[in-house]
Amino acid sequence: MISPDLLADLKVPGPTETALSGPFWEAAERGQLLVQHCSACNRSILYPRRICPHCWSVDLSWQVASGRATLRTWSSIVRPGHPAWEPAAPYTVALAELDEGPTLLTQLRAEPQGLSAGLPLRVVFMRVGGRTLPFFEPAS
Amino acid sequence: MRRSLGAIVGIGELAPKRRTHGETTLGMIAEAARLAVADAGLEPAAIDGLLVGPQVGETPQHVPATVSEYLGLMPNMADVVDLGGASGAGMVWRAAAAISAGMCEAVLCVLANTREETAPRSPNRNPIREFDVPFGASGANAAYAMIKQAHMAEYGSRDEDFARIASAARANAQRNPQAIFHGKPASVEDVLASPMIASPLRLLEIVMPVAGGAAVVVVSPDRARSLPRRPVHLLGAGEKITHRALSQAPSLTSGPLKPAMARALAGAGVDKDDLDLLSLYDCYTIMVATTLEDLELCPPGRFGDWLADSDLGPEGDTPLNTHGGQLGFGQPDLAGGMTHVIEAVRQLRGNTPGRQIPDAQLALVTGNGATMSEATALVLGDEP
Repeated sequence: MISPDLLADLKVPGPTETALSGPFWEAAERGQLLVQHCSACNRSILYPRRICPHCWSVDLSWQVASGRATLRTWSSIVRPGHPAWEPAAPYTVALAELDEGPTLLTQLRAEPQGLSAGLPLRVVFMRVGGRTLPFFEPAS
Repeated sequence: MRRSLGAIVGIGELAPKRRTHGETTLGMIAEAARLAVADAGLEPAAIDGLLVGPQVGETPQHVPATVSEYLGLMPNMADVVDLGGASGAGMVWRAAAAISAGMCEAVLCVLANTREETAPRSPNRNPIREFDVPFGASGANAAYAMIKQAHMAEYGSRDEDFARIASAARANAQRNPQAIFHGKPASVEDVLASPMIASPLRLLEIVMPVAGGAAVVVVSPDRARSLPRRPVHLLGAGEKITHRALSQAPSLTSGPLKPAMARALAGAGVDKDDLDLLSLYDCYTIMVATTLEDLELCPPGRFGDWLADSDLGPEGDTPLNTHGGQLGFGQPDLAGGMTHVIEAVRQLRGNTPGRQIPDAQLALVTGNGATMSEATALVLGDEP
């Protein structure tokens, strides 16, 4: 698994932040994971949107997530799709289902051998090429 | 009971190539179009409808006008069909619908791509670029690897089950001289020994990107009667789009092809057991596995048992991707999806030298785009 220092030094494409998503990435820099919450249907949403994709309400606000999640699936990337990630390979990308409901694509701080579907995860913020991103690691 | 919604009367296909050298997409579109219109026995001026794919980078906007102008056409209906690997199948029913609506009489559906050494990276600013790419998850391999991993975790499916799909595709490709892997069969052991790309996906479970092109001409069933080729009829179509990014998918082990195929078969009045050819979109082995299960040829998770009992060759009990599929033919970008339409037309015309399915009457064609996101299914028949 790539060291935190090498991860921080990668020259990889960062998030293409928008006015709407800005608070999500700014919170990540502070070590906080935010989700959008819809007051009309009481569901949480990620990625952030202008309207709730479940009920089309615009009554959306940011909430701090628990950082707890469950592993749905994963892949150990041997040949990255973007050449800038090659120094980090192999690394493990995954789908993490947050306790609040939404699923995030993320990267795991874990070796792939011990992984299984349903594994409890917790968020861990990592520096990646000058940005701070919500990675996940096994909760135990 | 059955009713033709439209007829495919011409096909054109370019041999796949690993690289192009200074060619343009417009030029390759023109070559595929020329072949299809000639095959239909039509004059170019008879084409009054045009469906094309998006051409990110080369022609970002006004694609139908650019292509029409290049081909010297002035169509009465034109549009971009932007459904990834489902675009080819998606074009066929849209062509029939436009004819049925009285907008035009003969529609050219065409897809082609170059493959130069120095392709520019995409200027995307979509949610995948913002929320997936920064984590090192660029490209389709990561997504389909996670879909395969989910299937293995949920059902205990085995690598050798998936490898059998790739090996069968290569076996069928040995009977298609155009296929990029003609002369290069691969055993189950070869597939399992190929390098890991994104676990649990190995190299030979992934399509080879190539340059190429494919086109079909769709006319009304009435018009088809006056044309030289034996027409192949569209009997039913279904389509479903559920998401774009894998994180937003409603399921990782069943896709939008499930309702799309059910709708196509119901519309055609055809039972899945009556199909003579399964022309199933196969960007990865896992895509075929999921499609077989979504078609309910076997219970969820049991595609491996089904494959062990099936012969997928042209003379077999369940011919599947007799052109080699994209796993054996190569994937000419969006035209890769159209290869499944073209092979179905060839088989239903009854003149596919070296690999003709005996008495082929009904075919199911599927298209799949993005990350098991966009799905189109067609039922094609040799008569209305």
